[in-house]
Amino acid sequence: MRAWIFALAVSAGALCTADVIVIQNGTVHTVTKGTFKGSIVIRDGKIAEVGEKVMTPAGARIIDASGKHVIPGIIDAHTHIALDSINESSVSVSSMVSVEEMLNPESISIYRAMAGGVTVCNSMHGSANSIGGQNVVFKLRWGADARGLVYDKAKPSIKMALGENVKRQGSPQGLQIPGLQSPQNLRYPGTRLGVEDVIRDAFTRARAYQREWKDYEARRARGEKVLPPKRNLELEPLVEVLEGRRLVHAHCYRADEILMLLRVFDDFNIRGVTLQHVLEGYKVAREIAERGHGASTFSDWWSYKIEAYDAIPYNAAIMHRKGVLVSLNSDDAGGAELMRRLNTEAAKVMRYGGLTEDEALAMITINPAKQLQIDQWVGSIEPGKDADLVIYDRHPLSVYAKVEKVFIDGRQYFDRDEDISRRPKIEAEKEGLRRKLQDQQKQAVPQNRRPS
Amino acid sequence: MRKNLFAAFLAALAALFVAWLPAPADSVTWTAIRDARIVTVSGPVIEKGTVLIRNGVIAAVGAQVDVPASAWVIDGSGLTVYPGLIDALSSWGLPQAAQAQQQAAARGAQPPQQPLQPQQPQQPQQQPQTRSWGPQDRPGTLSWVRAADQVQPSDPRLGQARNAGFTTAVVFPRQGIVAGHGAVVNLGGKTAGEMVVTPDAGLYLALRPSGYTGFPSTPMGIMAYFRQLWLDAEHYRQALALYASDPVNYPRPAYDRAVEGILGAKRVLLPAEGPVQMERMLKLAADLKTPAVLYGVVRGYEMAQRLKEAGTPAILNVRWPARDRDADPEQEESYRELLIRDLAPTSPAALSAAGVRWAVSSEGMDTPRAVLRALKQSIDRGLKREDALRALTLNAAEIFGVADRLGSIERGKIANLVVATGDLFDDSTRVRMVFIDGVRYLPEPELPTPPAGAPGRGPTSEEGEEQ
Repeated sequence: MRAWIFALAVSAGALCTADVIVIQNGTVHTVTKGTFKGSIVIRDGKIAEVGEKVMTPAGARIIDASGKHVIPGIIDAHTHIALDSINESSVSVSSMVSVEEMLNPESISIYRAMAGGVTVCNSMHGSANSIGGQNVVFKLRWGADARGLVYDKAKPSIKMALGENVKRQGSPQGLQIPGLQSPQNLRYPGTRLGVEDVIRDAFTRARAYQREWKDYEARRARGEKVLPPKRNLELEPLVEVLEGRRLVHAHCYRADEILMLLRVFDDFNIRGVTLQHVLEGYKVAREIAERGHGASTFSDWWSYKIEAYDAIPYNAAIMHRKGVLVSLNSDDAGGAELMRRLNTEAAKVMRYGGLTEDEALAMITINPAKQLQIDQWVGSIEPGKDADLVIYDRHPLSVYAKVEKVFIDGRQYFDRDEDISRRPKIEAEKEGLRRKLQDQQKQAVPQNRRPS
Repeated sequence: MRKNLFAAFLAALAALFVAWLPAPADSVTWTAIRDARIVTVSGPVIEKGTVLIRNGVIAAVGAQVDVPASAWVIDGSGLTVYPGLIDALSSWGLPQAAQAQQQAAARGAQPPQQPLQPQQPQQPQQQPQTRSWGPQDRPGTLSWVRAADQVQPSDPRLGQARNAGFTTAVVFPRQGIVAGHGAVVNLGGKTAGEMVVTPDAGLYLALRPSGYTGFPSTPMGIMAYFRQLWLDAEHYRQALALYASDPVNYPRPAYDRAVEGILGAKRVLLPAEGPVQMERMLKLAADLKTPAVLYGVVRGYEMAQRLKEAGTPAILNVRWPARDRDADPEQEESYRELLIRDLAPTSPAALSAAGVRWAVSSEGMDTPRAVLRALKQSIDRGLKREDALRALTLNAAEIFGVADRLGSIERGKIANLVVATGDLFDDSTRVRMVFIDGVRYLPEPELPTPPAGAPGRGPTSEEGEEQ
């Protein structure tokens, strides 16, 4: 099952890569500039022209989208797909690790998510620690190697987390983690109070480290011969956060701890944070909006643990109306389940909260792009932006809609018809290989058993 | 025996007092293998020639060689002489306790998923595990350990290895994540010291947490830890230099055996199954500013070009992937798994074609002979015999910086030789004798039979019958 999807997808690289592509006569949801029936011209991987009437260059590949809908590639601001390690849970501050190192371009989740219309995702370190590891934003260019996937225009970021996940390993009553259940393995903090302490302590240490290096640079500039400070890979990313060079994605649920975190960020002058999950965000939406932080939440997924009970499906809409920049995410890890239907997740904010189509689509396109600070290049259909586009057979906010084609940087990575028509061939290839190996193994056994 | 002792005594005296004097004339022993086919590896094959050994070193090789009258002459007619084979990543000669664990690891065995103590059974005679809270605790770090200090000449596996034509192994300590320094050892000798060719084969690194609990608990964490450890080592080096230049103004850095061990590393051995891990490890090695040798390399057929570009050698695990003997018959394997299984034996040919320097590991193989059988499979799928032989000899010597002493039949090299009845990769070929440091070893009886039908396993008596 997995196998043929993989093999098929490999062949998808062979899909057309004409220099100029025109997607004609579709319903174009630009998200930022309205919706209309029109066409899109793609040149050199970028959107060259969008409009009700466009000039069709000679020699262009024409894709007839009559009756179909085009939206910008979906951006998932919070996933854990395609990572060979997710949680370095042994310590409460694991900022020295980076999931980018563990990005696995062979993970089938990439293809599946992409076939669901996702073109960019933020694959993050897990939520086992108050300050977690470094995250990776990548384009779902199935077939590329790890370096080819990484979207290097995205600003680096780090994961943080509050509440149950991070304190349970510090509590004798907490969830038993294999290998960590003996008392000497308990990890501070064991309470929400301790979580705040760990975060404040880490950023305080980062400030001291920053100062240490500045002093060193100053002395060196004066011509002194000095031993440089020891480099500290745990604190370096935190210094980047303090200097505004690294974004923060903070996993949180309860209103009280969200307020705590906002105060910590105020004290350390940390701006532009995206609160993740933030299920009680509707209670403190004003406080979040005032500080200009963002929120990435679920449409209607909760009650999977105590701190996730006081949730409502109106959360996204309320925060949005209070001025918070809101996105919807999948939090997918192993498979790409929710990630394949983020379009219907977006549709739910119309049902619960009465947002418009554009507002709903924005929550899975331009809003997460802004949160990842890549909105200059992706997140809407505008001339000059990357040609990351999804063609649906029906209105993308309908549960009946299916993704037909996906383009990333103007290159087609998915074609539904081709996927389906190739399956028998790939299944046959696989079966042939299976038989061949079976025969080889049968032959091999007697050969090794010569009489003695 | 008495003569040998006397010679050893003289040698010791010489080493202690008059190291620069030539050895006394009466201790010279000459051995000649005459009229044999000689596969030199470094040069052309000599169809009928002589190898002359003087005191354990190859003194001459060629079609015409003057053999001193006092030489012990072995008639090599009908026989083929090869350089001794080298197992490039091995545990032969190291304490047996660690062996079972290594073999299990090589087969991809995972620690039990039960609520832990998975490490305890794997850690014979080691101190109780400690909880690591960060890089400063130097988790699983044994960079001061040297395999050369652990070699045991009494290991019964040495005889089995020699039976298959192996005369040298590159052995590494395996406990922890920075496991220590490997050694190139000859698989024969009276003392451990005699066996060691070099104690600096490189530093063995692993990406599976072992020997501690706590940080780092993932390969991701381990990689971050390696980076911090190397940065600490670099800082230590700078601090030592400053202190040495001006002890009045610069503090004396605290002694740290973990980083001392890092600073001496000529190369690091890093695991890489396929292209994904390869890219990770190449980047890691670049960050550590230390040359890397990748081991595993099961999917070498997809990695050859990149390894060539990076100039990184590879040590292949030639235990080709196969369906588990007791796998659930209904369990469906993915296309990718099947492809890897089909193509893994083509890795050697691909690496040779690309010009990658690769060698072979006995890791996970049931017997040393099985290494040759596995390579025969690759030969059947396009690997040239001379490339297979080079991988088992000169390539391994080059990778570990001992090509001036091992890996081919040339004047001046250590007289490690295999004398066989024919082509080494033919199933009917028998090893008649091997020479290690010029000392002849005849085949020994094989170890007790494994359970019947174990894969890759021949009958036990085949070499024994030859004696």
